[in-house]
Order: sequence, then structure tokens, then C-alpha cells
Amino acid sequence: MTDVIKTDALIVGAGPVGLFAVFELGLFDMKCHLIDILDRPGGQCAELYPEKPIYDIPGWPSISAQGLVDKLLEQIHPFKPDFSFNRMVSSLEKLDDGSFRVTTDENEVFETKVVVIAAGGGSFQPKRPPIPGIEAYEGKSVFYSVRRMEEFRGHDLVIVGGGDSALDWTLNLQPVAKSVTLVHRRPEFRAAPDSVNKMYAMQEMKQLEFRVGQVSGLTGADGQLASATIKGGPDGDIEVPCTRMLPFFGLTMKLGPIAEWGLNLHENLIPVDTEKFQTSVSGIFAVGDINWYPGKLKLILSGFHEVALMAQAAKRIISPGERIVFQYTTSSTSLQKKLGVVA
Amino acid sequence: MTKLTFIAHDGTSFDVEAENGSTVMENAIRNAVPGIEAECGGACACATCHVYVDEAWTAEVGEPEAMEEDMLDFAYDVQPNSRLSCQIKVRDALDGLVVRVPARQG
Repeated sequence: MTDVIKTDALIVGAGPVGLFAVFELGLFDMKCHLIDILDRPGGQCAELYPEKPIYDIPGWPSISAQGLVDKLLEQIHPFKPDFSFNRMVSSLEKLDDGSFRVTTDENEVFETKVVVIAAGGGSFQPKRPPIPGIEAYEGKSVFYSVRRMEEFRGHDLVIVGGGDSALDWTLNLQPVAKSVTLVHRRPEFRAAPDSVNKMYAMQEMKQLEFRVGQVSGLTGADGQLASATIKGGPDGDIEVPCTRMLPFFGLTMKLGPIAEWGLNLHENLIPVDTEKFQTSVSGIFAVGDINWYPGKLKLILSGFHEVALMAQAAKRIISPGERIVFQYTTSSTSLQKKLGVVA
Repeated sequence: MTKLTFIAHDGTSFDVEAENGSTVMENAIRNAVPGIEAECGGACACATCHVYVDEAWTAEVGEPEAMEEDMLDFAYDVQPNSRLSCQIKVRDALDGLVVRVPARQG
């Protein structure tokens, strides 16, 4: 049994709203732990449009999405939140004392007094390419990420895609695999030019094969691939040996295991009240793009408002009976101490 | 106003009046055309507003720019007439434009 990680608030999702929740909860002395499926904080802001300016953050006429994430990290720094990246929450169980036990897909166990779902559009998961019957091979011979390179040793590997993941794994797995075929729908790549040059050089030396086209069909049995058909290339339809496939088609957002937590749902969103932003389960809150209430707007600024109210309700759960004094950061010495701006 | 026609994957067609300068995606969302998700809200960052431009219109609509072409790599079942509808600006010359919605957005 792994060690249980104890925290006051477990925040699912480290996007802008999840990050600001650390601030509001921190003012009430609540320790936060954030979990995100991405490898860094920022959610969609970091993953989808880091360079794009946002124009509706109060006080910032224009700020890049990554810039906002960086500022939020600076703002919550005094509260020293813990982060677990590359993780997806899997199960949730309510304990007798009203707290929650949450496990991740990496088998970590958290015990937390409240859960704050700030999962935005859901968790980023790999996109499945439009290849008929591909589902039957997933997890057996079709993989969407490389966890162990040994999985590919001695195999006829087909890698599909044109970004850095596709190119990097083409180069890294070439020495391990029996053969490598890279398939991309056009001869231009999004990947680093250096990787693309290396790939073309290896093709010159017949160490791998690059084919323009799209994978249109698979053959195999019992989850084990045998070959792949590539269409749309200059040579017409061709069949290549393929016993392992790695498609890299980017990420899409899915609600994922949260859908099985027994919360009421409204078209894949989580209904909450607008006083506490609490879900149908006491102690589980939902804030930001993932929640729903009459008049809901999917704006970052709405999420900021939601976490401020949520924090009040969370504090009442964690410290029942304690009087909550409403204070301003401009004038409260006790808040300023927490922020580290006064001694 | 410029007339646009969206043909959903099930064949239902939606005629909409679009303002010049708006994007084809915005008009799909405003008129609740099924199958256009536009997850990123028009930032050319998600490939979930993918459409097929009717063959009669591909020349007038034009080719995607490099950034859009990169994003199209992530779209579902890309064809030579694939475009991201958030990158097509409505203008007089597109009056009568027909686009088809793919089976899925990734």
C-alpha cells in the first residue's frame, strides 16, 4: 500500500481557475494539492493557446494565456501548493468522517477534506484517428503514448502524425524496432526542423520509411496487428507490415472518470448551486468551465468569482462552527501575513 | 448579409444569414449547427470546427495558411477540401457558400 497523501483541498485540474482556487482557499489556511493530466500547470491556456492574448481579464487590457498562468503561479506561490502532473484521478470514495479518498491512475491515494473539480473541458486525452476497427487493437498493439520503449523492440512499427511526438519517437524507436514507417498526410511537419532533417537523412540511408498519406485500414487478429493500409500517397493504396502502431493526433477533452463519481450531470457538465458552487455531493465543489448553473458563462473571470465563494463554503466544512471573518487583502494584517507581504 | 449553407453529417441543411467579417465557425455556433464544436473558441488551436468546403467553392475560399494547415493535422478524416471554419472570414464573394460538417470532430 502506497503512502496516503493528506491535504485539505484536492483540486482536480491546474488551469487558471484551479490555480486561483489555491489563492482563495489559502487565505483560509487551507492546504491545496492539484492534480492535472498535463505535464505542467495552465490547462487549456498552456496547452491550446499559450501565445494568444486574452482581453477580458480585469486589470489586464491584454495578457497572453501563458502570461496569465505565470502571474497566477506567482500569486499563489506564498501558499506553497503541491502539484501532481501527468495524472488522472480515477476513483473517489466518501469516508465515514465526511472526507474523501481519491486515487489516481498511477495508484496514488489522497485523503482530502474537500474536493474541488476545476477540470475545464475535461481531461486531455489522445485523439483516436479515423481508422475503422482501431479500437480492437488499442492497448495491445496500438498505443497513444510510449511508456516503455521495450514494448516496441523487434516490431514493425508504424508511427502516424507530423508533430514533435511523432518525429521524436520515430527517431528514438528506430534503433529498437525491426522497421519504422512514418505516415503523415503531407510532406510538411510541425516538428522541430532538426528532427525532420534527421528523419529525412535516415530515410536516405534506408533506416526508416516516410510515406505521405493516411492510414485507412488495419489487419490483424485478437488485438494483434499484422499490417496497415496507407492511402492517398503518390503510390496509391499500399500495405505495410505493422505489428505496433503509435498514432499522434493531438489531444481532445473528455470528462473521463469524473462521470462515474455519482454526481448529477447536465450534458457532461456538473450542476452546482450559485452560493457555494457545490455539486450534488456535499464537500465536492465544481468551478470554472466544468460546472453549470442558470446563466453560466464559460469565462475565466467567472471561474475566479466562483472560487472565492466556494472557498467560504469549503472553510465551513473544514472548520465547522468557526466564525468566518470577511477581510480585505488591502487592509487585513492577518491576510497580508499569509501572503508574506508583512512580517 | 451573406448567405451560407451548412450541411450536417445526417444531410440536414442549415441556411444562415452571415455578417461580413464574421467567421464561418461563429455563424455555425450562433445557429446551433450540429457537429461544429469550436472547443477553443476560434483561436485556431483545436481543429474542432473542421468543415469540408463544397467543391464548387474551394477556389474562392482559398487554401489554409500554414498555422491552419498544422492544426488540420489534428482533424478527423482530413480531405483536400478540408478547412477550419474559424479561419474562413465571411465576405460578399462567399455569398451562397456551401460547407459540409464531418462525421466527427476528432
